[in-house]
Amino acid sequence: MASGVKPRVKVPKTAATGDTITIKTLISHKMESGQRKDDDGNVIPRSIINRFTADFNGQNVIDVTLEPAISTNPYFQFEAVVPESGEFTFTWYDDDGDVYETSKKIEAS
Amino acid sequence: MNLKPWIAVLVAGVAGAASAQDSNTLSIDGEPMVTEVAAPAHVENLDTIYSGWRFRSAETQALETDDFDNPAFVFVDQGIDLFDKVDGTENKACSSCHENVEDFAGLRTQLPRVQDGELVTMENLINDCRTERMGAEPWKWSKGPMTAMTALIGLQSRGMPMNVTIDGEAAPFWEQGKELYYTRVGQLDMSCSNCHEDNYGVMIRADHLSQGQINGFPTYRLKNAKLNSIHGRFKGCMKNIRATPFAEGGDEFKALELYLASRGEGLSVETPSVRN
Amino acid sequence: MKLTRRNLLILSSASAAATAMGSLPAFASLTDDAIAELTGGAELGEGAITLTAPEIAENGNTVPIEVSAPGAVAITLFADGNPVPNVATFNFGPLSASRSASTRIRLATTQNVVAIAKMEDGSFQKASANVKVTIGGCGG
Ligand code: HEC
Ligand code: HEC
Repeated sequence: MASGVKPRVKVPKTAATGDTITIKTLISHKMESGQRKDDDGNVIPRSIINRFTADFNGQNVIDVTLEPAISTNPYFQFEAVVPESGEFTFTWYDDDGDVYETSKKIEAS
Repeated sequence: MNLKPWIAVLVAGVAGAASAQDSNTLSIDGEPMVTEVAAPAHVENLDTIYSGWRFRSAETQALETDDFDNPAFVFVDQGIDLFDKVDGTENKACSSCHENVEDFAGLRTQLPRVQDGELVTMENLINDCRTERMGAEPWKWSKGPMTAMTALIGLQSRGMPMNVTIDGEAAPFWEQGKELYYTRVGQLDMSCSNCHEDNYGVMIRADHLSQGQINGFPTYRLKNAKLNSIHGRFKGCMKNIRATPFAEGGDEFKALELYLASRGEGLSVETPSVRN
Repeated sequence: MKLTRRNLLILSSASAAATAMGSLPAFASLTDDAIAELTGGAELGEGAITLTAPEIAENGNTVPIEVSAPGAVAITLFADGNPVPNVATFNFGPLSASRSASTRIRLATTQNVVAIAKMEDGSFQKASANVKVTIGGCGG
């Protein structure tokens, strides 16, 4: 596992049923582009998060394909509809095969 | 004003773009920060002091106004983990002795300070605990674990005014720092004051020059996407004027840190800030 | 090169000139190719997609970008001055509210950022924005 990878997400705890909420996510990751060289002139191999998904109770909100041009510590902000109470799951896919996941519950009323 | 010839050209070249610092106000997660205040009496050549935040572009500024948007908090999170992590021969974590990190509120505003005849910075205090109380290796001055911890501890003072002691035992250190601030060094033969006192507010190439305040350290820089220590930044500025930088953690930089902290008296601690 | 004051001066005026002209996108055709591949050469409409980007970025490492296209199923971002033009694709799922997203991207130099939205009816929309990337002066 790439070292020090840590997801952070910001989701409101409550929402009115059917309302739109704003979600922010960020994961600590170098996003090594594969275009940089180390001090000895060797290319540092590419190592990035290549996909990010957000789902709610099994239904997709957003599915993002990332290229090396996404900044270090990838950040996304987007909007979701909350049809009922439930749980958001966020998943980041690393080039090295690792998958990082975190989830947040929300109460709809 | 004593403009170096090349600066004079630069200033002339961007007349118009060389606006004064922006007139907007900073609040972080709704908490107002003091980014502009009358200069303390011991800062002879300035009327008003400004946080470096005021000189950044709107997009960079915005990153600091919300702790979620501020990428430095990735490292604050790492600091929280480190605070609870057992390390060293004594089998202790910081939290074994310091129950709440919140108890460090106010500490950032008072550092560096004199202790047992020596000028100590936050890095010194942390490493003293590691070597003497935990039996652990000291952390490197500007590396990840140290800057994560100084960010976490400094954050506890956010919004409080900078307020270092400069008289009494601190006076000789402060004088040394002041001397260094005004001494021209390097191939470009410049002092800190040539840029940060004589020419703040102008564009130097594409960079908007600030007063070089340290109320936001460690700072997350877009340039290297990590936290940067105070001494690391001093080093960078010295390299840019083609001078051989002093050592991080050395007497010169500690004295300079005290002097700069005193030049920011009254500005809010913004730790961890965001800069370009 | 040894940096003398004079050289510093020349450097700074050269970079100022480059900024003023808005340097030419060296990789523009790569982006055109990538867009053609995405759209199958379909015509690109305008007006139903908004791209928000800073006019001047203080540092190319972290440039905030926002895209919004009501009725889009996907939005793809390109940066025509990067060695690899593709930046990201946002695919919107059934629970996506407004078809909008914000992220932070890397720009190697002054260039155009291009956003292509694929709409629900299969048509495409395009928006672009020029972002000047400043090279830091001093300040380590
Ligand atoms: C074995 C107990 C112990 C451990 C473990 C320990 N400390 Fe301390 N620390 C102390 C004592 C005792 C003091 C000095 C008394 C005081 O000011 O609270 C101190 C002082 C400090 C101070 C200065 C506080 C002030 O207000 O002057 C800082 C900062 C600090 N410690 C940080 C840390 C950090 C960070 C860690 C973990 C890397 C750590 N300490 C681990 C006991 C400990
Ligand atoms: C050639 C001009 C120049 C000189 C001389 C110079 N600096 Fe800087 N410094 C800069 C620039 C440019 C920046 C980045 C923009 C800004 O914040 O001013 C900067 C940034 C800083 C910052 C960060 C400010 C913040 O808000 O985060 C500090 C601190 C600093 N300088 C301290 C110093 C010290 C101490 C010296 C003397 C050893 C020095 N500088 C000499 C140009 C200079």
